[in-house]
Amino acid sequence: MLMFALRRILVSIPVLIGITLILFIMLNVVPGDPIALMMKEHGSPEVIERVRAQMHLDDPLITRYLRFLWDALHGDLGTSIKLNRPVTDLILKAFPNTLMLAVCAALVSWLIGIPIGILSAVRRDTFLDRFCMGFSLLGVSMPIFWSALLLQYVFAMKLKLLPVSGFYGWRYMVLPALVLGWSSAGVISRLTRSSLLEVMRLDYIRTARAKGLGEAGVITRHALKNALIPVVTIMAIQVAGLLSGAVITEAIFSIPGVGRITVNAISSRDMPLLQGAVLFATVLVILGNLVADILYSVLDPRIRAQMKKEA
Amino acid sequence: MTDMSDIAAPEALEEASFLRDTLRTFSRNRMAMIGLIFVVTLVLAAAFAPWISPHDPYRVALDEQLLPASTTYWLGTDNFGRDVLTRILYGARISLVVGIVPSLISLAIGTVLGILSGYLGGRTDFVVMRLADMMIAFPSLLLAMVVMYTLGANLLNIFFALALVGWASVARVVRAQTLALREKEFIEAARANGTSRSRIMFGHIFPNVIPTLIVLFSLSIPEAIMWESSLSFLGVGVQPPEASWGLLVAKGKEYMFQAPAVAIAPGVAILLTVMAFNFIGDGLRDALDPSMKD
Repeated sequence: MLMFALRRILVSIPVLIGITLILFIMLNVVPGDPIALMMKEHGSPEVIERVRAQMHLDDPLITRYLRFLWDALHGDLGTSIKLNRPVTDLILKAFPNTLMLAVCAALVSWLIGIPIGILSAVRRDTFLDRFCMGFSLLGVSMPIFWSALLLQYVFAMKLKLLPVSGFYGWRYMVLPALVLGWSSAGVISRLTRSSLLEVMRLDYIRTARAKGLGEAGVITRHALKNALIPVVTIMAIQVAGLLSGAVITEAIFSIPGVGRITVNAISSRDMPLLQGAVLFATVLVILGNLVADILYSVLDPRIRAQMKKEA
Repeated sequence: MTDMSDIAAPEALEEASFLRDTLRTFSRNRMAMIGLIFVVTLVLAAAFAPWISPHDPYRVALDEQLLPASTTYWLGTDNFGRDVLTRILYGARISLVVGIVPSLISLAIGTVLGILSGYLGGRTDFVVMRLADMMIAFPSLLLAMVVMYTLGANLLNIFFALALVGWASVARVVRAQTLALREKEFIEAARANGTSRSRIMFGHIFPNVIPTLIVLFSLSIPEAIMWESSLSFLGVGVQPPEASWGLLVAKGKEYMFQAPAVAIAPGVAILLTVMAFNFIGDGLRDALDPSMKD
């Protein structure tokens, strides 16, 4: 088990290094001078020259990449050009807001997705099943920015039940969490359904039925426990996905999180900030995948046994 | 009757019946047929937009701003007095092209790399799969945003960004199929025949991957439409005065109070189109390759 976790962690290190390289190349081989482009007419040639020297922009690319990697390992992601503050500080200050949004959205998606998935599996191939799956598809097919506008219009503008946007307390979290959670509830419900259907075919379920246990007991006491394993593991991946879905949600609801930092960094052409924010999000996604894999092996004894055989 | 036709007949028959079976299964799927009819109608409407709509999508009429729906303007007008429905019809052109072109590019790249990776194995496989791992670990929207930031926001770069995001998962699926196919007897026979590697890969393996590719294609179109609309909504996609659906929603949201239809209607277009393509994709998957069903 520990061996597996260790091996899995070791495998993600080259992926991470590769990603930093790709990201660095994409952001640093920009045609034209990024500093001149950012300062537009405000920067005199001397100022531009000084900033370039400060950011070591005249060094060879490989030197700059290694310095970036080394600094990043020490928690230093450079300084935001626009805000003139350390990128790491800005991100760490914004992150709790994003995390809270992601956690609330994940809760919403489980509360909607899991019951719908169970309902559809139990009433398989009935009208209810098709209705539930249609509802799931609806959630997945709605652009986040559009459902956000719709909810803002209905609940904030028309009914005046909730604030339109901003971030000053839990009431401001309701609509964003609903929007973001609903968008991934479809994935959860589809997975719950297919996983439950698969488990229901297994021998131990037949045994439980043969004992004379009612259908509800079979599902809640026996089937669900195993059926939810893949659902639980996808949650870790999902939280990572929510973090990137948060980009749009935060932009619409003006939540000061990492996603909004990313959007702002793009519009103000603040390269170090963009680089830091994207790197941060990507590391979170890789961590999420890592946790999911390890969790899967912890929860499912079959996977564990298989791993022992391989090791 | 010559001997030749006797030999050729069973094969031709088999191919024809595969196609017929596929078409029959697909046409029995009601949702898939509804999706198909919707998409065909949309494509025709987008192609013939100038003949269908009496309005000019770019003409500014400041005395006709944000009008409510009427018989002249079925969905009302936007902040420049332009007909909302006409803007949506023209936006469909961009959204459909952005759905199809990058999907084709990522399909082509993913197929070639996936077959090479699966058939050649070894170092090629290692390099391609590690690259794919990285691309998949990268949050798609952020990757696309970084590309648009670097290269600039225009249609060509959207193609590039979405192809970059999409090829890796295609490569993974194609590689897995290639691995299974290379152990089959007919490939072994071809190898024993002395058929060249490239001929085996692209003459024998490739045709067998096509059904999967069709399914992947139909499912990647709605995804690309979603990504493009998100990028355009965030301001790093299609630029005005061109209009994709995502951009229409973004511009319309300023006027949610006075004229909600300006922002809501293009969103409905995205929703319906994405659902229609998903239905078609599900239908194709059931008809072509039931093993892909989860």
